[in-house]
Amino acid sequence: MCLAIPGKVISIAGDDPVFRMGMIDFGGVIKEVNLCYVPEVKLGDYVIIHVGFALNIIDEDEAQKVFGYLREMEELGNAAGEAN
Amino acid sequence: MKFVDEYRDAKAARELATCIKAVVTRPWTIMEICGGQTHAIVRFGIDELLPPEITLVHGPGCPVCVTAVELIEKAIEIASKPDVIFCSFGDMLRVPGLHRDLLAVKAAGGDVRIVYSPLDALKLATENHDKQVVFFAVGFETTAPANGMAAYQALRLGIRNFFLLVSHVLVPPAMEAILGSPHNQVQGFLAAGHVCTVMGYHEYESIAAKYKTPIVVTGFEPVDILQGILMCVTQLEQGRCEVENPYSRVVTREGNLPAQKLMKEVFEVVGRKWRGIGEINNSGLALRGEYRQYDAELRFGLANRKIEESAECISGLILQGIKKPHDCPAFGTRCSPEHPLGATMVSSEGACAAYHRYRGATVSGRRAG
Amino acid sequence: MADDKNFALSCPTPVANYEQILLAHGGGGKLMHQLLESVILPPLDNVHLQPRHDASVFVVGNQKLAFTTDSYVVSPLFFAGGDIGTLAINGTVNDLAMAGARPLYLSLGLILEEGLPVETLSRIMDSIKETAAEADVQIITGDTKVVDRGKGDGIFINTAGIGVVEHGLNIAPGSVQPGDAIILSGDIGRHGIAIMAQRAGLQFETTIESDCAPLHTVVQKLLAAGIDVHCLRDLTRGGLASALNEIARQARLGIHIAETAIAVCEPVRSACELLGLDPLYVANEGRFVAFVPKNDAERALAILNKELVSQASAVIGSTTVTDAGLVLMTGTIGSTRIVDMLSGEQLPRIC
Repeated sequence: MCLAIPGKVISIAGDDPVFRMGMIDFGGVIKEVNLCYVPEVKLGDYVIIHVGFALNIIDEDEAQKVFGYLREMEELGNAAGEAN
Repeated sequence: MKFVDEYRDAKAARELATCIKAVVTRPWTIMEICGGQTHAIVRFGIDELLPPEITLVHGPGCPVCVTAVELIEKAIEIASKPDVIFCSFGDMLRVPGLHRDLLAVKAAGGDVRIVYSPLDALKLATENHDKQVVFFAVGFETTAPANGMAAYQALRLGIRNFFLLVSHVLVPPAMEAILGSPHNQVQGFLAAGHVCTVMGYHEYESIAAKYKTPIVVTGFEPVDILQGILMCVTQLEQGRCEVENPYSRVVTREGNLPAQKLMKEVFEVVGRKWRGIGEINNSGLALRGEYRQYDAELRFGLANRKIEESAECISGLILQGIKKPHDCPAFGTRCSPEHPLGATMVSSEGACAAYHRYRGATVSGRRAG
Repeated sequence: MADDKNFALSCPTPVANYEQILLAHGGGGKLMHQLLESVILPPLDNVHLQPRHDASVFVVGNQKLAFTTDSYVVSPLFFAGGDIGTLAINGTVNDLAMAGARPLYLSLGLILEEGLPVETLSRIMDSIKETAAEADVQIITGDTKVVDRGKGDGIFINTAGIGVVEHGLNIAPGSVQPGDAIILSGDIGRHGIAIMAQRAGLQFETTIESDCAPLHTVVQKLLAAGIDVHCLRDLTRGGLASALNEIARQARLGIHIAETAIAVCEPVRSACELLGLDPLYVANEGRFVAFVPKNDAERALAILNKELVSQASAVIGSTTVTDAGLVLMTGTIGSTRIVDMLSGEQLPRIC
């Protein structure tokens, strides 16, 4: 279980961390969510949202890793191909 | 959508599938824990891209499937009361109790509402002082921080007419129950990525070592799932049994500490009955301390009841990956999505419902074998 | 893997022991069809009901006529892109259009709930007037009733419509042939998301509006150009998946579609992801599918893409002799799955 969707933080409101809310842009849809579990979130961060709560901030560098790995595989494959 | 579309890229998916084919030399059985992963595998046809040596079995990662029938009955009883607004996630409305489900309660006049967040239910409580608002707090560790925060906010705001009917379950005890079973056939696990977003993955290290089973923290998009499978199969082929985390864009080893802190504040670990499997020690959460005033079972004085499930239903064996839906004599005959005998036929992520769609259909051009 | 797995993804509803009508019975899925086939249709059965098509076509004297009815129970009454009045006119106009009829006259039955503000009724009547004028139909008879407070969602509307059929084709599922091209007249999911968004408190950067629109003009253009239209079906509740499943069953043919060919605009797609909905099952009010011979597809597309209401038309698949009664979809990563009929209503999920 756990349908959680990534979205971009476009506004933050509320001083009390427990009640802090943010407007999140999910590819053109904007929804208000609770930010109490991501106290260090900043405007422009991407967060992962589940049932109205941000559970974590998305690490953009880590997000790229699998594509780096695939590019390496492709290059290895091409190199092997050329060697033949 | 950013962080979604890239992980649905067809080329990347096929490349990972090619890598899997290249690495596999013999049959392996891998379980994906989470219903959301089952959903993605089915929706994107990921299993079609896999070599025949790999068998994916669907684990008990569906709170709809595993919520004890006693709790459904309690939900039905509470929702039927005239001064109650009963709120639930959409998934739970169709789960059958003994004779009815929450949809039937709604049809009979019960105030049953679908909400998207437990905070929506809390808001209803503040807007309806003359009613008791009860929220069906179901889910794994992923949803516990949200449900817990609703109780926490209720206490802070002094709200008295809000209650939680708690049915939280924990993943690691379920994994141990499966791995510890003498019939176990699972050799590797894809751990639930969003559960790990909250809890981290350090809890799995002892499980991987004890049962010599690789556990890979896996996300929910096709590229994530294929990557998880690739890493799991690679470990199996190499005889390793470690915990790996390719879903590192949202999962860290420690997890989300503020969320865990809140969970410890609001909940305590208890034993829970998993529908189709039975009681597993220390596998559930219940409200603790001053939060018990929000416990719906206590509020409505609901006694503990023992309920016998249909003897024909082998949901439990399917949830543990021991049997496949086709092995069940009732499958498709006495038990179907329109007339389920057990939970795995009800839920969209239940393995039986998923198989039933396909039963009897011959699809041209399918991969043979 | 030993066995092929190919599942459709909607939550099944247990149906056997329901003694009362559920909301799901109105959802356009299996439950509704079961109710129709087991309780509603048997006492009425006659040759006109056999085709199970949107409108009934029959002959009076020398004139072929089409007749249909529909009821409108939407809540909220007003939404982005329309209101219950717009739906009430266009919905019935479209049912006639799907038989290739030219809509002429409508009836209007109003059931008003005690307590409904008269101003609300005026707004709806203005909407009806405007929509009828746009569709070039007249409302020539009607009825008004009032029910006790609490017995209606403000207002329920029924419209029945009559039109003339001026072509010689039999536009119905029975006319669909294997190898026919399936054309979808635009992107899907707008109406359902416009409604759900209001309920779920979603905002959009650019508000998603219902796609509610009359379709008869564009259908008449297809017919005038001599396109051999085999079948038409407008997409309403239950979405594209339900419409295709109904036709696959009624025509006893297989349907194969490509996910990449089905247009879903980004905000609708995002809203579906957020709510856990599948766009294939989300309601539409201004879209239809057309089954035409393969050779006519390109010409049909050229005609459709000139009109505002169908400007994003595309071929999304074709019919087959194999897999009769099933709808199969090749997905974005290349695998094929069954797109099943919904059991009840699609509910938002968190799993």
